Amino acid sequence: MINLFKIKGQKREDAANANGRAPVKKQSAGELRLHKDISELNLPKTTTISFPNGKDDLMNFEISIRPDEGYYQGGTFIFTFQVSPSYPHEPPKVKCKTKVYHPNIDLEGNVCLNILREDWKPVLNINTVIYGLNLLFTQPNDEDPLNHDAAAVLRDNPKLFESNVRRAMAGGYVGQIYFPRCI
Amino acid sequence: MANALAEQGRWRDLDKLLARPGNIVGHGFEHSPTLREEIGEFVRVLVVGAGGLGCELLKDLALSGFKNIDVIDMDTIEVSNLNRQFLFRLQDVGKSKAEVAAKRVMERVSGVTIVSHFCRIEDKDLEFYNDFNIIVLGLDSIEARSYINSVACSFLEYDCDDKPVPETVKPMVDGGTEGFKGHARVILPGTTPCFECNIWLFPPQVKFPLCTLAETPRTAAHCIEYAHLIKWDEAHSGKAFDADDPVHMQWVYSEALKRAELFGITGVTYSLTQGVVKNIIPAIASTNAIISAACALEALKIVSGCSKTLSNYLTYNGLEGTHIKVTDFVRDMDCLVCGPGTLIELDTSVTLSQFIELLGEHPNLHLSKPSVTYRGNNLYMQSPPILEEMTRSNLLLLLFDLMGKVPKDTIHVSGTTEKDGKKTSCLRKLRVVFKGVVGGSTDMDIARSS
Ligand SMILES: [Zn+2]
Repeated sequence: MINLFKIKGQKREDAANANGRAPVKKQSAGELRLHKDISELNLPKTTTISFPNGKDDLMNFEISIRPDEGYYQGGTFIFTFQVSPSYPHEPPKVKCKTKVYHPNIDLEGNVCLNILREDWKPVLNINTVIYGLNLLFTQPNDEDPLNHDAAAVLRDNPKLFESNVRRAMAGGYVGQIYFPRCI
Repeated sequence: MANALAEQGRWRDLDKLLARPGNIVGHGFEHSPTLREEIGEFVRVLVVGAGGLGCELLKDLALSGFKNIDVIDMDTIEVSNLNRQFLFRLQDVGKSKAEVAAKRVMERVSGVTIVSHFCRIEDKDLEFYNDFNIIVLGLDSIEARSYINSVACSFLEYDCDDKPVPETVKPMVDGGTEGFKGHARVILPGTTPCFECNIWLFPPQVKFPLCTLAETPRTAAHCIEYAHLIKWDEAHSGKAFDADDPVHMQWVYSEALKRAELFGITGVTYSLTQGVVKNIIPAIASTNAIISAACALEALKIVSGCSKTLSNYLTYNGLEGTHIKVTDFVRDMDCLVCGPGTLIELDTSVTLSQFIELLGEHPNLHLSKPSVTYRGNNLYMQSPPILEEMTRSNLLLLLFDLMGKVPKDTIHVSGTTEKDGKKTSCLRKLRVVFKGVVGGSTDMDIARSS
């Protein structure tokens, strides 16, 4: 129970700053876990990371992937990460900032990667997600399409798919859609 | 005259609990004919949330002898609330829930003062929360619970034997309902598990694969999530979706409806849209009443000691028959939020780099390559290289200065530790105490001694 006699004797003055604690911002459990994830990052050599808001905002960051094999070799693709205070209970929100011709990434930058949604588990971490994103470029998948047209071309005509990817990355039209250069 | 009689009768049963001795009372209970009035006069309680549970809680607490109540909620009243949030009327739609709820309870229960706060919980500073003797939560999100939990636990201090200091314990009573199910729990930071100790109790929200939404929708919820997650961005480049904006919600609803028609799916309604987008499960008024009653009673027991408190997690299920079960969950002693952490005494002359070295030599830590963070400031990061570079200059600075010259505070470190020849990565809470620095006014102390 709360000691009522103590409360009765308590004056407002000791409620304020009782422990010499400076009233600074609080760090959520999610932020702390993210701090651990980031400090242990083991980036593949295709990937770099940056923190647009400086060293004290780890909850918003960007990674840049430059695949060294496959259809997308030589392109540079930027992803933004938004991590909520409920991390790792909630997965990070990831969007692709670079417009890309890809079966599993739509033109708004939504990414279809199972561990970002239905298969996310709190034991996974930022490293896992980064490896998953890398995999999207080496193994694009026509079975989970977000860009329906690109998926159909990959499935039915891989040669055409390859040349479409090249054209998009060099900066050009695929069908009606323009893709800015990302090489 | 009739009112005065009613007023007397109102407290009759409560006084039987508080004014008489008993055999199953809590530890240290001191019955007294004035105990109810003392609780009313001296105890300050904060109710977080003025929705379905919050309305019940305010009513229940006011009728349990609490007279100094504050309530905080950022939401405004919607028509769909009126079936269960019984303090609100049709003419209140659009007004602050906290303000209207406070006013209505004060009109009905004389002598009670309810101060309302129409704002986000994050808008209040730590001292606001520290002023309350007990915090009662009527929330519907994990995020908000986790925030209040971390605030309440941040007041907790441990003595040198790792025992919680009683004056720093901020008790919480947390209620939650989802349809026919609910829970009530008592959180005494440092004694019973905090919210973060067993956050795994809360199942993660169901998330549909994006490609299912885009390609093969099968349910009304799929259509709604498509409009919410994919279509919104296509149509509103860069504009963030706001679940609390009815115009945005209406847009998602009408897009979902179109999509459902296209795929021959039925069942998309406005309220389902709200439910899916905000992850709301239809609320049952009686579940709120049952859970709130349990919470208010626990709050009374915590402040008065008139009976032993719930230990420590009650679940209620009214779906098939009625089941109530109480589980005694155990603490996570390594919990970053409520755990004691490791006490480290330091000289004010220690630099960050010396501190990092100390962590490796510390017998209980053996932490190699630690990164250090203090209240949101990353003092040193071992990796990635870009952050290492940005924080490297701190290494030569005094830790005391980097921590704003506070006499003691909590700091967090992550690194690798070796146990039985096996390397594991870990995140540790440290209680740093600077030797020879007393109270909160170091500068004044120095001025006086010189
Ligand atoms: Zn805990």
